[in-house]
Amino acid sequence: MIGNLDYSTLQHIWWIIASLVGSLFIFLTFVQGGQTLLFTVPRSDEEKALIINSLGRKWELTFTTLVLFGGALFAAFPKFYATSFGGAYWVWMLILFTFIIQAVSYEYRKKPHNFLGSTTYEAFLFVNGSVGILLIGAAVGTFFTGSSFSLNQYNQVTWQTPYRGLEAARNLFNLSLGLFLVFNARVLGAMYLINNIDHKTLTDRCRKSAWKSFLWSLPFLLYVLVNLLFMQGYASSPETGEIFLQSGKYLQNLIGNPVTLGLLLLGLLFVIYAVNITCFKGKNNGIWFGGLGTVLVGLAVFFLAGFNNTAFYPSSYDLQSSLTIYNASSSHYTLTAMTYVALSVPFVLAYIAYVWRQMDSKRLTIAELKSENAEEMY
Amino acid sequence: MLEQIDLTQVNWARAQFALTAMYHWIFVPLTLGLSFLVAFFESIYVRTGNEEWKRLTKFWMTLFGINFAIGVATGIIMEFEFGTNWSNYSWMVGDIFGAPLAVEGIFAFFLEATFFAVMFFGWNRVSKGFHLFSTWMVAVGSNLSALWILVANGWMQFPTGMLFNPDTARFEMQNFWEVLFSPVAISKFTHATSSGFLLGSLFVVGISCWYLLQERHQTMAKRSIIVASVFGLLSATYVGFTGDEAAYTVAQKQPMKLAAMEGLYDGQTSAPLVAAGLINSAKLPGDNQQPFAMEIKIPGLLSLLANRDPGSFVPGINDLVFGNRQQHIIGAQEKIEKGKIALELLRTYKEARKSGDQAIADASLKAFGDYQENMGYGYLNSPSEAVPPVGIAFYAFHIMVVTGAIFPLVLLLILYFQIRDTLAYQQWLLYLGMLCIPLGYVSQQAGWVLAEVGRQPWAIYGLLPVTVANSNLTSGTVMTTFFLFLGIFTLLLIAEISILAKQINIGPEEN
Repeated sequence: MIGNLDYSTLQHIWWIIASLVGSLFIFLTFVQGGQTLLFTVPRSDEEKALIINSLGRKWELTFTTLVLFGGALFAAFPKFYATSFGGAYWVWMLILFTFIIQAVSYEYRKKPHNFLGSTTYEAFLFVNGSVGILLIGAAVGTFFTGSSFSLNQYNQVTWQTPYRGLEAARNLFNLSLGLFLVFNARVLGAMYLINNIDHKTLTDRCRKSAWKSFLWSLPFLLYVLVNLLFMQGYASSPETGEIFLQSGKYLQNLIGNPVTLGLLLLGLLFVIYAVNITCFKGKNNGIWFGGLGTVLVGLAVFFLAGFNNTAFYPSSYDLQSSLTIYNASSSHYTLTAMTYVALSVPFVLAYIAYVWRQMDSKRLTIAELKSENAEEMY
Repeated sequence: MLEQIDLTQVNWARAQFALTAMYHWIFVPLTLGLSFLVAFFESIYVRTGNEEWKRLTKFWMTLFGINFAIGVATGIIMEFEFGTNWSNYSWMVGDIFGAPLAVEGIFAFFLEATFFAVMFFGWNRVSKGFHLFSTWMVAVGSNLSALWILVANGWMQFPTGMLFNPDTARFEMQNFWEVLFSPVAISKFTHATSSGFLLGSLFVVGISCWYLLQERHQTMAKRSIIVASVFGLLSATYVGFTGDEAAYTVAQKQPMKLAAMEGLYDGQTSAPLVAAGLINSAKLPGDNQQPFAMEIKIPGLLSLLANRDPGSFVPGINDLVFGNRQQHIIGAQEKIEKGKIALELLRTYKEARKSGDQAIADASLKAFGDYQENMGYGYLNSPSEAVPPVGIAFYAFHIMVVTGAIFPLVLLLILYFQIRDTLAYQQWLLYLGMLCIPLGYVSQQAGWVLAEVGRQPWAIYGLLPVTVANSNLTSGTVMTTFFLFLGIFTLLLIAEISILAKQINIGPEEN
């Protein structure tokens, strides 16, 4: 059946897959959000150790999802991979840098003779959770606000600013999206810790922190949403592929596609519900609703950028260099082959879920940190 | 396409890629080998129920974890660096090259990431059996990720299963299986992973030798030595076979790399292998100088290695640069001329398409078909540019082989004395066992230097030189990130070694 799919269907399927991986990543940034709580929520080394050990069992999933996001875009939309990574060089390099320093920090923080000292590794985790996520948000923002680049007839990219992508963070829309993601990650991080840790006073503080972060996230979310509804968008002509600016483009995409609208509204409701039961009803399972809500909102945002003849990586400098899911994708053959590969994704998700259940059936306690396996702990 | 070349920038980008890849490869082979060794140790624990084996497993697992973390840290940049620094490459071959990277993420990285947490924190949370299964899954996942990245690298060395599409100006995949089962990909995978098993074994044996010298943790050390030296010996044998296969595929698919790594300028029948030699660095293709200041040769061996026939002809650098009619070899000189025509025809085709002149477009496309095979050579300016750095390739190859030949001998001796239970008295051998750890790392690095330097000047062998594959960045930008990576990776490496040394000094928990 997959062998008979036409090119355009495959391009849509792969935008959905890329969007799903991207949205799952945003959910999994509860790890990064949790890392930023390290300096405010815990009041003792023991509480800090609980948080680190709880997050330390999940950080690799987030990390791997980011790597897969890169790999999937490379395989399915290589022109985006080449244009954005090669063009917006600095913003991606700095993002990667924050993930490099994250990767060693859990393992090395408490080990004797760790050369840089625990505080440095904790600072690394904070930088990853704040600067890293902020820049990712700013980079995703350019899916709507556009970047300054041009492509020649051989599709080689020339970036028009010396800031190489960092200019994205100077745009209020992109900055707001980045800050929203930072605070949302903190909300999710707090919810995850509440679910994963058995320590009343610590989780109570997490509940307060979740509410504060949620309030902080609201103005940025509202700014992003309102702008999305009214801003000019980069439309592509279905006949010629020509790119032109259209007012209210994303509003049209939203109204024109009830699925996207449904995802957005449902996602927002789930997040609000999760915050409510976490902060005011004393429930521990908010992370699941908050996580699902985040994934749904993420999908809606990526669909707005990519579907309905829209340029998902627009160039504000040279409209015709903008990338759409049609002109940036791999060949029909490669997308078909990769779709067969993607059939394994449900299987991968299933074993991740199974292992997660096995590992998290008992919540983490201070007693476990001091058990016979203490030397394995972070 | 040519006017944008900034050589300094290309070289900084190459330096950065080399830096990040070499750092990454410090940690990867140990992960490949030690993951299986830990799985063996834990399997013995589960079968025997002996708590000492559990303590032994946990000790090596701790070292594995310290190494794994920095392997992950240095790895993420590799996934994105193709895009950031080699964006033209990423566009031109993303249709083929992106696939294995994505498959690696789906099939391999999630196995590692998911089961790693069980391996370290699941001792009391899951059953014994499921824990063992998880340890095995981490080993399988690590080695699967090596498979996919080596498929990608194999494709750069020997591009196959694709066609050039002049409309999109890129190569497009025609056959996924040809890419996956390319002989170069297979020989790279088997050679690189088995060398990782060997390094893991040397690491375990070397540290255990140190304990024996220190007269500490002797039971644990002896047990580790038995398992690791057997695994190491089997792996070393396999490394030898796959190395022979790798050299054979290089000879068949990348004759210029073979000529460079042997310093062979004039091709000959019954070509001898230079077992050791001192390269004459002033030597250029086509001149009358001797390629070596001094050398030791083994007659006929290179022909045997390259073509499995001691009497066969092996082309040298001069044959490949200037051509050799007798042997039906087209030289780089002629390929460059054809390549320039191909590029000109492609340009004409694209311009005709743009201006809507279908007749010219059709004619130039048809003519392009006759020349496109050599299109990559059209980017070179002189035939000597087609020659990789001979000295580096030669020394890297010989360092790899010579060190590689020492390991099985040392392991065999260690195993022999261990079986007779007199190893602890052979001080010289224990020191030699320890020395094999740094030598193992040198051998590993030399192998990759040969693979990648020998590929020069190509990003994709014969199709796309590195000078055209790069991103349009200023050299200052790339220089800055080069030093950023140099700084952070060096800091992290110091931290890693310091932590490892401390953990080794503490040693396993004793009863």
